[in-house]
Parts: sequence; C-alpha cells; structure tokens
Amino acid sequence: MTLAPALYMQGSAAIDGVPIFRALDLHVAAGQWTCLLGSSGVGKSTVLKLFARLAEHVEFNGEFGAEGGDLTGRVALMAQSDLLLPWLSVSENVALGARLRGDAPDKSKVSHVLDRVGLADKAARRPGELSGGQRQRVALARTLMEDRPVVLLDEPFSALDAKNRSLMQELTAEVLQDRTVLLVTHDPVEAARLGHAINLMTDRGIETVTPPPGTVPRAVDDEIVLKVQAALLARLRED
Amino acid sequence: MKSWQAGIASALLGIAIWQAIVWIGDLQKFILPGPALVAETLWTSRGFILENAWITLQEVLLGLILGALIGGISAIMLASSPVARALVRPMLVFTQAIPVFALAPILNLWLGFGLTSKVVMALIIVYFPVTSAFFDALIRVNPDWLGLARVMGAGKWRTMWHIRIPAALPGFASGLRLAAVYAPIGAIIGEWVGASKGLGYLMLLANGRAKIDLMFASLIVLAVMAICLHSLTDLFCRKFLDRSES
Repeated sequence: MTLAPALYMQGSAAIDGVPIFRALDLHVAAGQWTCLLGSSGVGKSTVLKLFARLAEHVEFNGEFGAEGGDLTGRVALMAQSDLLLPWLSVSENVALGARLRGDAPDKSKVSHVLDRVGLADKAARRPGELSGGQRQRVALARTLMEDRPVVLLDEPFSALDAKNRSLMQELTAEVLQDRTVLLVTHDPVEAARLGHAINLMTDRGIETVTPPPGTVPRAVDDEIVLKVQAALLARLRED
Repeated sequence: MKSWQAGIASALLGIAIWQAIVWIGDLQKFILPGPALVAETLWTSRGFILENAWITLQEVLLGLILGALIGGISAIMLASSPVARALVRPMLVFTQAIPVFALAPILNLWLGFGLTSKVVMALIIVYFPVTSAFFDALIRVNPDWLGLARVMGAGKWRTMWHIRIPAALPGFASGLRLAAVYAPIGAIIGEWVGASKGLGYLMLLANGRAKIDLMFASLIVLAVMAICLHSLTDLFCRKFLDRSES
C-alpha cells in the first residue's frame, strides 16, 4: 500500500440542473477515519461517488481530488449492499479485483485476508450460503484484498442487525487502520464511535463536530460517546 | 399423483376423447382416423417415418444450436457497443416484422431444397428470442456491480466476461427455452415450402394422397420430438445456466 493521501472537495453538484448540494467544503485527513453524517437525500453518497469516479451523471462545479496526485487506482469501495457475485465462491469473490484486471490472484493473500475477517473456513462456500453479517465480512475481505490507500465506505453497516453492526464496525476500524477512510453514514452512533473527524452534512453545507476523545473504535457505552451521539442526533433533527 | 402419472393419465384421456369423437361423429377414416388405426400405421410405417423424422431432427438441432450461438454473440456485441445498438436494433425489429413464412420460398430459392434452407429457417426463427432475452439481461445487470468493477480498474471486456455474461445467463436460458419451441416450427415451414424429405414433407405427401392416418402418425412423432427437445433444453438450462439470485 502506498502512503494514504488526504482528500478534498470544494464545490457544488447538480443532476439535470437540480442541485444536490451547494457550497460544500470537505477535507478528509490522511490516514484517518472521517465520517460524513447526514440524513437521506442530503447528497452524501454523491460525494462518495464523485471520489470513486462513478458520477458521470452529476454536474460538479468546483474541484476535488487527493493531495499528491490522481486518485485513479488508489481507491477501494464498500457499500451497503455486499455486491458479492452469487456464482463465485467466497475466495473467488475476494480475488475479484485481480481477476477483473487480468492478474493472477494471490492465493496466500486471499487466505490471509479471509483469516483476518474470521472466515477462513468459508473460503469454498457460495455467498448464498452465508448470513448477512458473514457476507458483509466477505465484502470487507475483498476491500482489504484491493489494498488501496483510500477506502470509501457507503453505509456499509446499515443493513446489519445491531449486534453484527457493532462487531463489524470494530473489525472494519481495526483492519482499515492507517488508511484514509471516508465513511458516509446516517447513524450518529456510528459517527461517534468511528470518526477521527465528524462532518455533519445538511442543506446548508458542512459543519465539523468535535469527536469524542479516545482511539477508534470507541466503546459503545462510553459516556462521552453517548453524549456526542445524542448531540449529533439533536443536530440532525433540527433540519 | 406424480407428474409422470399425471402425464400418462392425461394422454389416455386425450386418446379416449379422440376415440369418442370418431364414434359419436361417425367420421370416415379419411377425415379423422381413430387412435387404433393411427397406432397401426405408426407401427407398419415406422421405418419410413423415423427416416424422415431423423432429417427433421437434424434440421431442428442444427438450427437451434447455430441460432443460439449467433444470437448469443449478437447480444454480447449489441450490449457492448452503443453504436452497434443504434444501427442494428432497428434492423432487427424490422426483420421481425416480416412473417417467416414469406422468407421460406426465398430461402429455398437461394439455398436449395436440401437441409441448408431448413436449418437457416429454424436459425432465423430462433435467433430473435435468444438475442433479445440475452441482450435484455446483459443490459439489466446490477449497475453497482459494474461500478465496483470500474473502481477495481476492470476493462470493458473483462467486466463483460466475468460479470455481465455470467449475470445474464438466466436470461439466455429463457431465450433458449423459447427457441426450443420455435425451432421445429421453422424446420416444418421450410419443409412445407419445398422439400423431398422430413416430417413436414411427409405430412404434405400423406395429406395429398388422403392417407390421413399417416399424417396423424407423423404429427404425433413430431409432437413427441418437440416435447423431448423442450424437456432436454429445460434440463440443460437448469443444470448450467439458471441460478437463484440471492
């Protein structure tokens, strides 16, 4: 993995002339977790799609990118849906990137990342045989396998039940350490637990909120974490 | 009742109704021969019928395989190139507006009265359902999969090979199932317009000589052949192409 860069985005976006967000000013620190918290429809996923270069249909006015050069080939993506291919085995899904680039998959690395997410014994299974939490762990292994300095997370935990969600948050925070992570979420709990920096995105733009102290992932029952998440929820409800 | 039992029961019921119509209507055997006479003809002319059935079977199988192959390749080309799509799709729709019957005499003129014209006839009739079902499935692949592939740095053809084609195989299968039903129609039309062999030819011949029992015997063989073809295609699709999306 090359050194994790900082990301920036300043500008406004629209689709077919309808504004998605105005006057956005976002800074994502290098090698840290930055949460972009906001309600549905505020345009936070569009921010992520722009960084991933999956937003041809969006008219963006301004500039965005990574410090120290082009983002191409330096980004990995993990979404709310696990996007596993049902006809491939777990290990083939994890090695999908190599397959799609025409490279030979590094088998020892595949078993290493599967081991890291605790699914070493499921390598030969099909996604259909796994639970929702396990499937999302395979998606995490696939993201790790790509080994990119920048990781874009689009509400990757929101389809999981409460227990799996909290376990998955911890595992993801642990394995994606030292990478530049932009986590898009609508969940104040998640932002308070995982963000080195928290950006609240509303119709008026972005507002930075001081995160709780302590290392990421923070404990769910930490008093300050609870307070910050309550404050974040209150701010979300104001709009 | 198991499905094979139900099948046999339904066939027996059909034969009973057939016989009842013959008795009640007091029909002459050159209008509607009874099941016993048809069975007898089927047995006494078995060599002759099977010989012609083999010809028709070859036409149908070749037409089906070639049509599925060419249809599959066309669908991939159409799905991968917007230019091809813009140019070729209206043409495809236009050719579909021509009744296949109208093409048969031309094909006979160009390709002769032998096997080729019937194979091409079956191919043409098979081509469109395969192409359109497979193409639709290729176009409707989950766009998030394609986005993920792009972020991973995949090229267009690798994405096609590793994601779009495998994802669209169930669509190809539904096209193939329709094709298995249509292919015999194409071959028979071809034989009606001009042939010296095949079940379609045999039926015309028998009809012309008022051998209605032979006509019915040929028709039954044709129906059995079509049902077998459909079942085998279905089995093939289930084994290799279908997939329950999870």
